[in-house]
Amino acid sequence: MPARVTVLVGTRKGCFLLESDADRRDWSMRGPFCDGWPIYHAIHDPATGAFYAAAASEWHGAGVWRSADGGESWTMSSEGLSYENGDLKLSKVSGLTAAHGRLLAGAESAGVFESRDEGATWSLLSTLDGQPGRDEWNDPANQPPGHLGMPATLPHPDDPARFWAIVQGFGIFETTDDGGSWTPRNRGLRADWPLDNPEVGYCVHKLVMSPVETDRLYQQNHVGMHRSDDAGQTWVEITEGLPTEFGFAAAAHPHDRDTFYVVPLDPGHGRCMPDGRAAVWRTQDAGSTWQRLDQGLPQRDAHLGVLREGMAIDALDVPGVYFGTSTGQVFASADEGETWSEIASYLPAISSVEVAVTS
Amino acid sequence: MADVHLPPTLPSLYADLPRRLEIDAGTVDEVIDRLEERWPGLRDRLCESGPALRTHINVYVDRERAGLDTALEPGSRVDVIAAISGG
Repeated sequence: MPARVTVLVGTRKGCFLLESDADRRDWSMRGPFCDGWPIYHAIHDPATGAFYAAAASEWHGAGVWRSADGGESWTMSSEGLSYENGDLKLSKVSGLTAAHGRLLAGAESAGVFESRDEGATWSLLSTLDGQPGRDEWNDPANQPPGHLGMPATLPHPDDPARFWAIVQGFGIFETTDDGGSWTPRNRGLRADWPLDNPEVGYCVHKLVMSPVETDRLYQQNHVGMHRSDDAGQTWVEITEGLPTEFGFAAAAHPHDRDTFYVVPLDPGHGRCMPDGRAAVWRTQDAGSTWQRLDQGLPQRDAHLGVLREGMAIDALDVPGVYFGTSTGQVFASADEGETWSEIASYLPAISSVEVAVTS
Repeated sequence: MADVHLPPTLPSLYADLPRRLEIDAGTVDEVIDRLEERWPGLRDRLCESGPALRTHINVYVDRERAGLDTALEPGSRVDVIAAISGG
C-alpha cells in the first residue's frame, strides 16, 4: 500500500494535519483540532497509530488530547496530571514521547509523567528530587516567560527503563531505572555564565538521537551545537561553520548517523533566521562542516523563527525534512533539504512539527 | 436547585454537557462536585490543586463574585465565566 505522510503541526490555536503521499509534492490540510487549545507538542505513536497533543488552556489548565481515528475525533484527559506535592503546580504539558507501550510527558513545573493506557490516565514518574539544581528550577521567582519546565524526554529505543530528560535552563539528566535515580549528562558543554555546580546550569534546547546509532546524540543549546558519541556521557562542541551559535530546532537523519539538521537563529531578542534569509543548515560529517540549504526558501525580508519542536524528518528512503515557523508557515523538502516548498502559509504561531509515515 | 450557567469553552469537551442546567447543591464547590460526577474531569477544568478556582475562572452567585465555599440559596443563579483574556 502506498505510504501516506502526515505532518502534525501544533500551534497556538490548535492542532493541524498536513497530508500527502510518498511523493510529498501535493499537500492538503485538516484542522484546527483540539478545540483551538494552545498545543505545545503533537506526536504520532507508530505502535498504535494514535495522535497525541500536549496542551494547556489559559482558562482550563493542562491536558493531553488524543485521536485514535487519524484526527477525525479527539478527546482530552488530564486525569493524574497533577502534583500531590502542594509546592508544585502543573501549568502545562510541554513535550510528549511514545515508546515501549507507554507515553511520557514532560511538564511545567518540571516533572515527567507516564501513561500506560494510551493517554486516558497519567501518573507521576519523577520530579528529579535530590538532583543538583532541583530547588532552584522550581523556585517561582526563577521562572522566565514561557517557561517549559521539562520541555522534552528522549526514550532509549531498546531499553524501556532508560531515558533522558531536559530541565529547561539546567540541562540533561539520564535515568536507567525508569526515573528511580538520575545522572546529569552535561559534561563538555559550554556555559557563558558562572556556574555554582559544573554538572548543571546549561540551557539545552533540543536533544536528538541518531536512529541508526543510539550512542550518537546531538543537541542544540543556548550557546552552540554539540555532539556526543557515548550516549551523552561527554559532549564536544560542533558549532564552528554555522552562522550563529543559537537555535532551537534540530533533527537527525534517519539513515546516516553523521547527518544532522539545525536552524540557526539570531541569539538576541529577535531569535529569527539571520539577515531575513531563511535557511536550514546540514552537516554530513557529524559536525566537522556545515552546508547552508536554502533553495526554495525566502531569501529576502523573511524574519522567521523556529521553536525547539519545530522541525522533523521522515524515515522514507529519501527523507523529507519539515519545519514550522512562529509566524505560521510550514516548509517541506522531499529531498533531504536540497530544495524546499511552502506547504502551509497562514497557520497560527507554530510550536511543534512532527511527521508520521503510515501505509 | 441552582440555575447554573457555564462558559462556551466547556461543552465541546464533554458529551452532552449543556451551557445551562439546574443542579441541587448547597455551595459552589458542591455544584462542581455534581458536574464532576456526571462529566468526569470537569472539576480539573475549573479548579486547581488546593482546591481553588483556576486563575482565569470566575464564579458569580446572584451577580456577586463568589468562591468555592459560597453558599447557594434555592434558585440561586451561578455564572461560571472564563475571564476575558488572551488573544
